[in-house]
Amino acid sequence: MGKTQRVEAGRDRMTSLSDIWNAFNDPILDGPGETVTHLKMSLVALLFAAGIGVAAGVAAAKLGRVAAFVVIAIGNLGRTVPTFAVMALVVAVSSIGFWPAVVGLILLGIPPILLNAYTGVKEVDADTVEAARGMGLTSFQLLGRVELPVAMPLMFAGIRISAVQIVATAALAGLVGAGGLGILVLSGLANNKTDVLLAGAIPIALLAVATEILFSGIFRFLTPRGLRLARGPSNQ
Amino acid sequence: MPDIRWDWISRNREDIVQLAIEHLVLVGISMAIAIAVSLPIAIMVRNRPFWGGVATYTSGVLYTIPSLALFAFLVPIVGIGQEPVIIGLVAYALLILISNAAVGLQSVPGPVRESARGMGLTGRQLLFKVELPLALPAIMAGIRLATVSTVGIATIGAFVDGGGLGELIWQRGIQRGLFLTPIAVGALVATLIAIVLDALLVGAEWLMKPWERRPLPLSVGRRLAWARPSEWKRAATG
Repeated sequence: MGKTQRVEAGRDRMTSLSDIWNAFNDPILDGPGETVTHLKMSLVALLFAAGIGVAAGVAAAKLGRVAAFVVIAIGNLGRTVPTFAVMALVVAVSSIGFWPAVVGLILLGIPPILLNAYTGVKEVDADTVEAARGMGLTSFQLLGRVELPVAMPLMFAGIRISAVQIVATAALAGLVGAGGLGILVLSGLANNKTDVLLAGAIPIALLAVATEILFSGIFRFLTPRGLRLARGPSNQ
Repeated sequence: MPDIRWDWISRNREDIVQLAIEHLVLVGISMAIAIAVSLPIAIMVRNRPFWGGVATYTSGVLYTIPSLALFAFLVPIVGIGQEPVIIGLVAYALLILISNAAVGLQSVPGPVRESARGMGLTGRQLLFKVELPLALPAIMAGIRLATVSTVGIATIGAFVDGGGLGELIWQRGIQRGLFLTPIAVGALVATLIAIVLDALLVGAEWLMKPWERRPLPLSVGRRLAWARPSEWKRAATG
């Protein structure tokens, strides 16, 4: 009895894999199109978040204590405000659509980048800064040739964390009616269709994991060897 | 821009309190299970760098799976309701807790362990009197991070009927023509809960470390919670 059930469950799962693929390619659900929307939304948001976050973080590190307080407050707020709430609030106060969702994603993407850019520049070794000054570097040269390069690994870490978070949260844009793969999940749930549900959920998960792998690979490649951060706890 | 409807808030005050309690229960159950499961695992992998690495790496990859997708994966298996939400929340919390506790336990200096051994401590005494207390800051950092993110992720559970404050955002806000007031209330209460729980945990850690009573570290070190703790150590050499 139990054995028969297990066999049937197994057959179910086999058929649903091709079902999921069919649901993904269904012309009405348009999985490929929603994937493009999902990625476009994430990429635009990441570009803005990185631009704003790095600029504001570096500026704050050069300014006084008030700036430091603001940066840390924004960072903590970014950690505690639920992402779902931010997406819903932005759409509720403006309108449904691509750009409101992008604005929500930018807001969520800024804190990690801002905080890491700030910390990176702020915590450049004081001796290094003094040596550079002693060599006659102006403030601008100091920033461009010493502080920014040294802060690079932390900035990259911030951008990577943000990128993964943005790609993940873009799924919620579907829930607030702005398109993207979240729509497939929602439609599957509303109509009780497992194949449609998974046709949304599987690509969402794959995109997020791929973003993590891609960004850590690229940034590891771009960072000069001497500045790389230690990897893993065993590497003390 | 639509306004906040204060009359809606006063009419639904009881519901809001009820949902906030539901939210706290969701977070409480999930965190209790996650802490109970993660500590033994971290203790088991502490002297086995290979398994420690496996645990940390798997956590890193699994943690990137968006909560919406994870809840969706669980729906065909356990149905809708609180089950997929609690399972999902436990999974995320576990990932944070195991890697933090493992890093904390592994970073107990070898000489400290040896001198404890030399003083005649048994393996169990070593664990409870030396290793766990020294790993406490890392473990507590993990618990704080996991609690705060659990409060946030739990709101997403509303779309699989998990209840809690997400219900204000989803069922009563978005699904009723993007009604702003419940969305704003849900966002505000969830944020407050996260901030208060975080502060309570800082206090708890302070109480658990009578040998190190510094002034409460309310903002210092908190910013370090962004990246995984291991990534903040610079490489020893070029």
